Amino acid sequence: MATLKEVQSKIVSVKKTKQITKAMNMVATSRLRGAQTTMEAFRPYAEKFAEVLGNIADKAGEDASPLLSPRDEVNRVHIVLLTSDRGLCGGFNVHLIEKAESLMNEKLSQELDVSFTNFGKKGRDWCRKNQFQIASEYLGVVGGKFGFNIASSAGQELIDNFLNGNYDEVYVVFANFQGMANQPPVVKQLLPIPVIATSDTQENEDVSYMAEHIIEPSPDELLNEMLPKNIFIQIYNALLETSTSEHAARMKAMENATKACDDMIENLTLAYNKARQASITMELMDIVGGAEALKG
Amino acid sequence: MAQLLKLEVVTPEKNVISEDVEIVMAPGTLGEFGVLSGHTPFLTSIKPGKIYYQDANGKEKIVFVSGGFAEALPDRVTVLAESAERRRDIDVDRARAALDRAEKRLASDKAEDVNFDRAKAALHRAIERIKIFETKGL
Repeated sequence: MATLKEVQSKIVSVKKTKQITKAMNMVATSRLRGAQTTMEAFRPYAEKFAEVLGNIADKAGEDASPLLSPRDEVNRVHIVLLTSDRGLCGGFNVHLIEKAESLMNEKLSQELDVSFTNFGKKGRDWCRKNQFQIASEYLGVVGGKFGFNIASSAGQELIDNFLNGNYDEVYVVFANFQGMANQPPVVKQLLPIPVIATSDTQENEDVSYMAEHIIEPSPDELLNEMLPKNIFIQIYNALLETSTSEHAARMKAMENATKACDDMIENLTLAYNKARQASITMELMDIVGGAEALKG
Repeated sequence: MAQLLKLEVVTPEKNVISEDVEIVMAPGTLGEFGVLSGHTPFLTSIKPGKIYYQDANGKEKIVFVSGGFAEALPDRVTVLAESAERRRDIDVDRARAALDRAEKRLASDKAEDVNFDRAKAALHRAIERIKIFETKGL
């Protein structure tokens, strides 16, 4: 049986751990709120852009942009992997990396070349450890404060490489924020741009309304300007979703850790009380024994 | 009083303007255009420059946009810009630094290292920002 002192020091150390996990939980909660606000601020822009893009895509010719046309022969695949910089967020990064790995294995089995762009240290470290080809890396973005410009410069790099023929297909792997307890990793094709969904949600009345628009310069030219921006928006969106998910995942993980600490403290306190009682009983028996002996 | 229309300037980071206005002037790629209430549906890309408008009280205001798209409807103008700033929010020191950088880049001989289109775009943005900042009386 553990001595009193041992149990006591253990209780103290678990209490300290609990303080840390509790603080991290609170930090994650407040960051999560910030990330959600940013996401909400982005929504009007994204929605309007998608609406306009859908309408323009409808009017422009089939092969208006090289970004739209799939390559006849695909040799080189590029994966943009978004993870967090820091750990202590449960299985968050593991899930993202697994998703990227299965995508990579699928492409490798077709004997294609795979390279990576990493947002986040965890994904970068994984690529380095396995000696995958890393085209570029961005640290300190996911989970922190970032602007649209980081998405547009990263996006421009991908587009340039796609047009040069360095990449034939580009995918992004990120966490889709569906709520506090659910942030599944998803794969999205960035390039060539998959067929743009023309907005079905709109009433027919609205569509004919749109048809009467005067468009400057021409639909094709406008589409050509919008498509790269659409890529930036997708990346920015992926960054926002992953950041929000990271904070939500960390919040949950730290909440669980705090609960586990509580359980441990309870059990240890019980053990401590038992040990103390046992030692008291022992002492009493000694005294009683001694008194008996004196009497005799 | 003229009929009002709703002006919205939206960037990925925030909603910069949402106001009822009398008139809007914006820099379209094919030339500047003005919108009053009842405008025919119109969609255009816009270049870096200033959006000028008069609010419901006839007060004149300008805002910088870095380029993007504008949609005009009879009762509404929506501008989607990558960045937009009201005059008082313009960071003029940053714009001057950007101007300097862009000029140096365009002047350098190492043509392979320089993305001229991008440097030129940066130059335009910087010039427009400074111009708006230095506009008096608004």
